[in-house]
Amino acid sequence: MSDNVMEVRDLVKHFPIRQGLLQRQVGAVRAVDGVSFEVRRGETLGLVGESGCGKSTTARLMLRLMAPTSGSVRFEDEEIATAKGARLKALRREMQMIFQDPYSSLNPRKTVGTIISEPFAIHGLKKAEGERKRTVRDLMDRVGLNPEHYNRYPHEFSGGQRQRIGVARALALKPKVIVADEPVSALDVSIQAQILNLLRELQREMGITLIFIAHDLSVVRHMCDRVAVMYLGKIVELASSDELYAHPRMPYTGALMSAVPVPQPRLAAAKKRQILAGDVPSPSNPPPACRFHTRCWKAQEICRQEDPPLEPKEGGNIAACHFPLTDAEVIERVPTARIA
Amino acid sequence: MPPLLEVEDLRVHFETEDGLVKAVDGISYTVDRGETLGIVGESGSGKSVSSLSVMGLTRARNAHISGSVRFEGRDLLGASEEDLRQVRGNDIAMIFQDPLSSLHPFYKVGKQIVEAIQAHRDVSKAQAYDRAVEMLGLVGIPEPRRRADSYPHEFSGGMRQRAMIAMALANDPKLLIADEPTTALDVTVQAQILDLIETLQSEFDTAVVVITHDLGVVAEMADEIAVMYAGRIVEHGKSDTVFNAPEHPYTWGLLSSIPRMDAPRGDALVPISGRPPSLINLPGGCSFHPRCPYVRDAHRRVDPMLETVEGAPDHRVACLLDSGTRRRLWSELQQGVAPDVARKDVIEEPLS
Amino acid sequence: MAAYIVRRLVWVIFLLFVVTLITFVVFTVLPAVDPALLRAGRQPTPQLIESIREALGLDEPAPIQFINYLGQILPFVGGDGVNFGYSYQSNTEVLPQILDRMPTTLFLTGGAVVLWLAIGIPIGMVSAVRTGSLLDRVLMGGALVAISAPVYFLGLVALYLFDDSIGRFPLLPGSGAYQQATSIFGKAEALIMPWCVLAAAFAAIYARFLRGNLIDTMQEDYIRTARAKGLSERRVTFRHGVRAAITPIVTLLGLDIGLLLGGAILTETVFNIQGIGRYAYDAIVRFDLPVVQGTVLFGAFFIVIMSLIVDILYAFVDPRVRY
Repeated sequence: MSDNVMEVRDLVKHFPIRQGLLQRQVGAVRAVDGVSFEVRRGETLGLVGESGCGKSTTARLMLRLMAPTSGSVRFEDEEIATAKGARLKALRREMQMIFQDPYSSLNPRKTVGTIISEPFAIHGLKKAEGERKRTVRDLMDRVGLNPEHYNRYPHEFSGGQRQRIGVARALALKPKVIVADEPVSALDVSIQAQILNLLRELQREMGITLIFIAHDLSVVRHMCDRVAVMYLGKIVELASSDELYAHPRMPYTGALMSAVPVPQPRLAAAKKRQILAGDVPSPSNPPPACRFHTRCWKAQEICRQEDPPLEPKEGGNIAACHFPLTDAEVIERVPTARIA
Repeated sequence: MPPLLEVEDLRVHFETEDGLVKAVDGISYTVDRGETLGIVGESGSGKSVSSLSVMGLTRARNAHISGSVRFEGRDLLGASEEDLRQVRGNDIAMIFQDPLSSLHPFYKVGKQIVEAIQAHRDVSKAQAYDRAVEMLGLVGIPEPRRRADSYPHEFSGGMRQRAMIAMALANDPKLLIADEPTTALDVTVQAQILDLIETLQSEFDTAVVVITHDLGVVAEMADEIAVMYAGRIVEHGKSDTVFNAPEHPYTWGLLSSIPRMDAPRGDALVPISGRPPSLINLPGGCSFHPRCPYVRDAHRRVDPMLETVEGAPDHRVACLLDSGTRRRLWSELQQGVAPDVARKDVIEEPLS
Repeated sequence: MAAYIVRRLVWVIFLLFVVTLITFVVFTVLPAVDPALLRAGRQPTPQLIESIREALGLDEPAPIQFINYLGQILPFVGGDGVNFGYSYQSNTEVLPQILDRMPTTLFLTGGAVVLWLAIGIPIGMVSAVRTGSLLDRVLMGGALVAISAPVYFLGLVALYLFDDSIGRFPLLPGSGAYQQATSIFGKAEALIMPWCVLAAAFAAIYARFLRGNLIDTMQEDYIRTARAKGLSERRVTFRHGVRAAITPIVTLLGLDIGLLLGGAILTETVFNIQGIGRYAYDAIVRFDLPVVQGTVLFGAFFIVIMSLIVDILYAFVDPRVRY
């Protein structure tokens, strides 16, 4: 059994833009534009980026909820990018997803019990009398729900509880990989911690590999062992959490960290914040070469000409940048960084 | 010199089919010229309703609003609709969370700003349009004249929020209320917007009330912070005090439960147990008691008032525990003592 | 936009073809009186019937008949110009008959549209602004009655009450009066009851729809912003609320007009108005295939074209829509 439970190579997903009389393709939204990385067994990998960076699309490609335009996705050393039919269905037992919006991701017409036991029904498992119900109630208990509420409907639960239902459903088949797509963004602050702790606990207990998608850098830092930062369909930095937050190398990562408002007024006053100019360019028309060069204060001519390769930089981070941040720059612009 | 805005014992109750919703249940605060007040709370805390009520936007047949709201000495709660309309968008302006749904989809941005201007100033359309373009430039929108001729859906999220700010500030209001102004935005755009608000604030000496659930945002923006829970203010003080020497278990809970970039990575998140209460059936006594790790018997019956902390006249807390106990508990929390352990301690202590 | 229109027009042609085919198939398959028999007069000889059948092209197999028909109605195929065939019943040419009746149908439809918009929209607005009040409840109750009462019922009641020859309160010219009237005013007067009857249900539907939509629209965030700007409630309701709520009505209106231009059969029958609807009804009852095909095609054409027009208009009304 290899170290990597999943591997992604040169993954591409373009959504065509059609126009004209014959609906010819005039361009494409390059949602994911050449992404490669591995997911190590049992780790929590974070995918971070702002809207339009392609993180959600990447996750869906990994779970084969869509087919890639090109590229390879390997699960347990097996190519699944072109999987279909029965093989695809069997894969679903090993990979699951927790969605962002607990209000719209649960079928309002089904009881909680039905929702959580659906995976068993779909895959024809646990058919013994009462076994399904028992398992579901166990699951409910495990995620912090009262098993007595088996027959209740989603609208009778709060947002945090609904998210727990989503977690229970994802866990039902004991998958190897779970993708959590912004699982706490729609929840109140005091509830977020409950769900995050739950995810951590369950992951450790069941040895699940967790791919955690979020835009909130502080949450990612807390939950993830390694983090991949995405921008306009590409990975711009990949590093362990410690490395990334101590010394981000890609200026975009630095800007992201600098932008996160920290709940400490003394820090807020002290720092020289890195405010990025302009908006994120459109993924249908990304800037040439280094995509970030239009907003980067370190950009120079070469950044407009040559696409920087993803390679290791000082401190262990893998980044795609011609002029990565130096330690001094990091200290100046990212007040929460701790240079070892 | 009276404070710019003075809210005293504001209560907003709504009669609904399910019962009386006590959205805001007696809050008081003041805002001075040029100052920034941050109101922090989660959903159901009453933070939005309280600000909407300041502008009279919650008036309805089933709404019971009492207390007093004074702007520059003038009473707003009892004012006529006509008088209030003169204040809205003129002396007090408001920006909202989602700029896409908060701007009318069928009218061009420039036109919407012109409308805001002409509602309060006797100027020609051309003059108002010029002012609109000027404002759009002021908030950092490139090619403002061309952009004024566009529809809201043609703007990006950040630019839309800038346009809303431009519209709000067009008539040079003395007070800007920003209700979750950055929640719907990407983090780098959020930084731009917060920066913009701060810059404009110092340039025009506008007072700002920022309403949000994001503690980071208020740490950046606010001079003073009011923490709301279940329709009341439970803690109110200077920003530095609330973050570094808070004295309410809810504030502690909030601060301990959020992952922070400035704390060691391995630190556990300590969630607040339970859920925010229903505003129809508030818990008896202290509304926070069902979730408080330090609850004592008396807290289930007695409702705490917002009281000044001794030795700190700007710091007010609504908690039945005495100040000494609270300070000790906070320092223990800082040192990493889990609330459960601390809780045992407290219950053993003799009732004061 | 241009590409979109072209694509839609291609679709229009295709749809009309399908409609024609279906009508043809239905009438060919249904057991019916042999049209040659209808034409032949009293006690025809078999030879006469046979020759009529040949003349009408009825001896050919069905698919050939269909193709012949298509050839006739298409403008540049065949040498004859556009010919929708001849009525089995009266042997008159179908197309001119339809075109003759077009002004009547247009007049009837036009008047009804104006009336129901003038009544339905204000009622919808008032009800929305005063939701829950007694006025709202009365208006919506009335709307329910208007929708529930079938057109022929309302028509007969109207005649019973107001027909100037037999009515209780003789006020208005009644059944058949439209044909007899000579001036525009006379014709208009004859249409007053038909307009009211036809408009009643539509006005009610539009009122209810606008009410619901306006109530929803007034909950939107941009309404809150408009109030926060200090605008008068009237301005907020009309410029912001109604402006947004009324856009689906454009679509609704277009489709309803398209429908009515194909003939308001019930109204025309009750009031004995010789519009396209009446023409179609008479033909259906007598299995007069060419007339039925002609009127159905006409009706389908209007519906499909109005639907296209409405979709195009929508892009002007809602700037977010782009083709």
